[in-house]
Amino acid sequence: MSTSEQIIPHGHVLRYTLKERLTHWAAAVSYIYLLLTGLAFYSPWLFWVAVILGGAPVSRMLHPWAGLIFFGSVWNMYVMWAPQMRHTDIDKQWWKAVRYYSTNQDDKMPPAGRYNAGQKFLFWGFFWNAVALLASGLVLWFPTYIPWNLRVLRYISVLVHPAAALFTIGLFMIHIYMGVFAERGAFGSVIRGDVSLAFAKRYHPGWYKEIVGGASAPRK
Amino acid sequence: MSQETLRIQKISGHAGTVPGEDTQREFKVCKLIDTTTCIGCKACEVACMEWNDLPFGETVFGNTYQTMPETRWNYWNLILFNEHEREDGTLMWLMRKNQCMHCAEPGCLAACPADGAIVQYTNGIVDFQQANCIGCGYCITGCPFDIPKMNPKTNRVFKCTLCTDRVSEGLEPACIKSCPTGCLHFGSKDDMLGLAGRRAKQLRDHSNFPNAGVYDPPGVGGTGVIYVLHDATQPELYGGLPKDPHIPWTVKLWKGPLKWLGNVAMVGGLIGLFVHYLRFGPKAHEEEDIHQGGTKS
Repeated sequence: MSTSEQIIPHGHVLRYTLKERLTHWAAAVSYIYLLLTGLAFYSPWLFWVAVILGGAPVSRMLHPWAGLIFFGSVWNMYVMWAPQMRHTDIDKQWWKAVRYYSTNQDDKMPPAGRYNAGQKFLFWGFFWNAVALLASGLVLWFPTYIPWNLRVLRYISVLVHPAAALFTIGLFMIHIYMGVFAERGAFGSVIRGDVSLAFAKRYHPGWYKEIVGGASAPRK
Repeated sequence: MSQETLRIQKISGHAGTVPGEDTQREFKVCKLIDTTTCIGCKACEVACMEWNDLPFGETVFGNTYQTMPETRWNYWNLILFNEHEREDGTLMWLMRKNQCMHCAEPGCLAACPADGAIVQYTNGIVDFQQANCIGCGYCITGCPFDIPKMNPKTNRVFKCTLCTDRVSEGLEPACIKSCPTGCLHFGSKDDMLGLAGRRAKQLRDHSNFPNAGVYDPPGVGGTGVIYVLHDATQPELYGGLPKDPHIPWTVKLWKGPLKWLGNVAMVGGLIGLFVHYLRFGPKAHEEEDIHQGGTKS
């Protein structure tokens, strides 16, 4: 996915490669299906959601498969991004200054790299919860294969699965809020791949320096 | 299956009220199994299959009377045999007819997410409605007695219905009808508890079973199937009957506090983000936006 294959508008820079964007949307679509069907199983008040999605037995049948797609996507993100998601000293400062971030005073934030500390938290939160959801989900997928003397696995799974899912729902809400509403240009970046230089400079100054200083610096 | 003459007092995965709740003063029905007079003839097993029109399955032979190791989705009633050696070296052949216990507080029903897949009638019978079952198997996890079994082909769960169809017409369950020794009784819970108590006292006073007693575990609110045991202090000897069965605490936590915590967190989160947007709005990064006051306030 070299950048040369894609036309980047003037004053913009590529932020997410096609591979990154495809992985993101595989995770997003499968997650939204998992969220809707999962909520239907979670609460009787939302059971109608499963009915709309083709009936609860169908939801029960497809939910685990969607889960495999989701986990595969998250695993691919891990392979692509894990080195970029390491916790740094700047991240420590970022968390200390998080109140400025949440009140839109981004000029008072320490210079984040390609991913800021909040995005790293989102990534690791999703990654570890996806691991927990996969492990508990496999048990819930095949309850009849768990022998009676290992039933404690089922007991743990029925608790871990919704708890981990709720945690991801928290992350998901913040992710949607940031990506769709709070940071203009962020949603476009995961569709077309590019952000404006002003976007890069404002929210990811460390990354901005890297790309502008590098050989592949875009035209000004 | 649902019976018109029986009203429903509990529904699984159900939002809102339950139509039959508080509508009838019907007494609770109860099956009493006196393990001390059971001879392990398996007539009850045959009667169950006959009445419920279940197919005969393959049996196993391992030099014991246990020709069927456990209940199956289409085999709801099974006598469990145990050759128990007592402290004085004598042998006791323990037999227990195993089936759904019809708990007053059913773990299967508590764990079930499907609206109306598991119901409890006002007479206390817990019944699976396969038409509403979604095949998740949570009832298997909720049950402390390992009773719900899934049909692998249809992914629907089955178990003893306490012959709901017969009981609703005023008949006793098929197994009761077939018992040749009279170790099976059926009636109101009060009557059965009285009968069981008298039998246990008889065993204690006259038959040298000082630990004889009635099995009606309070951990699940009492059961619609009760046992008289020679030794009520060791129910495990009778084919692994749990001593103090409960709905697993993780199931209770999941269906109780976790759900409320999750609901509050989700709704609170949505409101919080909305208010945040109203107050702060989107971030600004283009020069002119920033200078127009994006960072003031």
